[in-house]
Amino acid sequence: MTDDKQRYLEIHDVYKAYGSKVILDNIDLKVDKGEFCSLVGPSGCGKSTLLRLILGEESPTSGKLILDGETIGHPDVNRGVIFQRYSLFPHLSVMENVTLGLRLGGRTDAKSLSDKDIRDEAMVLLKKVRLDKHENKYPHQLSGGMQQRVAIAQALIMKPKILMMDEPFGALDPDTREDMQLSLLELWEEEQMTIFFITHDMEEAAFLGTRLLALSQYYTDDRGRNYENRGSKIAVDRKLPQVASPTNVKHSPEFRDLIEEIREQAFNPEYLQHAKEFNLSHPNAFVSLTQEEAGIKR
Amino acid sequence: MKSPLIWGVNARPTVWLRWVLLALPFVLLIAVYLYASDIRLTDNPADKLLPSFSQMADAVKTMAFTEDKRTGSYLLWSDTYASLKRILIGTLLAALVGLWLGLNNGLFPGMDATGNPFITFISMIPPLAILPILFISFGVDELAKVMLIFLGVFPLISRDMRLAVKQIPHEQITKAATLGISQLQLAYRIILPQIMPRLIETVRLSLGSAWLFLIAAEAIAADQGLGYRIFLVRRYLAMDIILPYVLWITFLGFMMDWFLRWALSYFYPWYNKGGKND
Ligand SMILES: Nc1ncnc2c1ncn2[C@@H]1O[C@H](COP(=O)(O)OP(=O)(O)OP(=O)(O)O)[C@@H](O)[C@H]1O
Ligand SMILES: [Mg+2]
Repeated sequence: MTDDKQRYLEIHDVYKAYGSKVILDNIDLKVDKGEFCSLVGPSGCGKSTLLRLILGEESPTSGKLILDGETIGHPDVNRGVIFQRYSLFPHLSVMENVTLGLRLGGRTDAKSLSDKDIRDEAMVLLKKVRLDKHENKYPHQLSGGMQQRVAIAQALIMKPKILMMDEPFGALDPDTREDMQLSLLELWEEEQMTIFFITHDMEEAAFLGTRLLALSQYYTDDRGRNYENRGSKIAVDRKLPQVASPTNVKHSPEFRDLIEEIREQAFNPEYLQHAKEFNLSHPNAFVSLTQEEAGIKR
Repeated sequence: MKSPLIWGVNARPTVWLRWVLLALPFVLLIAVYLYASDIRLTDNPADKLLPSFSQMADAVKTMAFTEDKRTGSYLLWSDTYASLKRILIGTLLAALVGLWLGLNNGLFPGMDATGNPFITFISMIPPLAILPILFISFGVDELAKVMLIFLGVFPLISRDMRLAVKQIPHEQITKAATLGISQLQLAYRIILPQIMPRLIETVRLSLGSAWLFLIAAEAIAADQGLGYRIFLVRRYLAMDIILPYVLWITFLGFMMDWFLRWALSYFYPWYNKGGKND
């Protein structure tokens, strides 16, 4: 299944260790432009760590990360990000938060924009996230869901190559959450974005993504059962069918089976799949196990 | 459900009761003073230790509303002007320098590596212990007094500002980078405005030490100032002047505090409302 064609985001043989503890263990991933990747995995398996690597907040212990042909460096305008919280600047109003990236000249074409152009552009986005009536409020005057919508507008105005989201809806109540999921999908379709979306909610992952990735530390390989320092690998990489609403996901038997299967493969500490047996059925999936992992004798 | 008026964690004092509770310690203090003063004065009308209110009022009249024969000025006002000038300049300098150092040390690890240990070291020097050095090197004029206030107050402000920067979630710094904000813009347009309210709070808390250093410096070498006057008239046991001066200083301190509190809520309405998602 190895594909040598250049992809938008490429991750090759990436390891990340904190001290001697390996967190990410030989990660390989290729993502196409416009893909919506959902990433799930047990708590503490290293999802946020992988996001920080792609974002450039941290560098890998070894391995390569490439975005659109360029090696990934410190965070910059090419990669937008939305965290679960603290994405907004509390001392700026909604409008100021959204226009900040343009006013401070972060986007290359923004230097020629007048104040009015900038406001107009922000207004278009604020309308899309249905916050055009709240432009003068401060973040603390908004609900959690509204704050996250501002954060989305704030990130989108930069037209990033890839939008990283780390449990963006994790702190919201179920109704608001469903609402946000629908808005996000709409925006994704309109803006043709590439999205990397972390969640611990399987249904959310299955509903939103075109591609489902599961990161897991519960597996085995030919480094032997007693090998202690295994980090997480991508244990599931599948294409997802598109559905119309989050409720469809919850009620379709097809999705229920899929979710059950992934729970078993990635979330069950008792169920140790061999790294060679991972369900990596997505057309872009590829792995390069080391000789030790794959048990190839030299 | 009935909440108790005064006692316990569920107490909900009514508005008038709040005023009573607020006034209570003051009324008690004044009553005790008047009683004690009265006893001493009936015993010995020339007693200077606990002057009566009318003696104090006379003293205030002389100090505040009668021209001083020697200098031709109204002593209370010229003392107040001299002291306020010193404390305001000293504290303002300390606030500016502390803000700038704290901002840079908190944000830039390279600066922190030299800045933080050094400022921590400076902050351990007892300012009053180096007062003689200040008088020797800056003379006995204004500069030495302002320097004492500055040196006494800025390390704390600087260290507190550094902590305030460190408390800003790292997410914001990453976020700023993804919006293409340069590091200088990050420091002065994102971080600085967010620590300004904390600066106001820190200055509020530092004013107490600023007054301490001011009075200490004035007590030792000055020719006017509130602290100077108190220590001057102490020689004649002039409690009728000292007590009103102390009350006046307290009042000035209270007004400064009140002003800063007002500025905080007026200019930074978003402060302490988190910017958190809850
Ligand atoms: N800076 C760090 N220093 C040391 N260990 C770290 C650091 N950051 C993360 N870790 C460890 O790495 C592991 C993965 O953390 P990470 O935050 O990526 O997990 P996660 O999959 O995002 O978990 P969650 O679902 O709870 O958000 C955890 O065991 C964590 O303790
Ligand atoms: Mg996480």
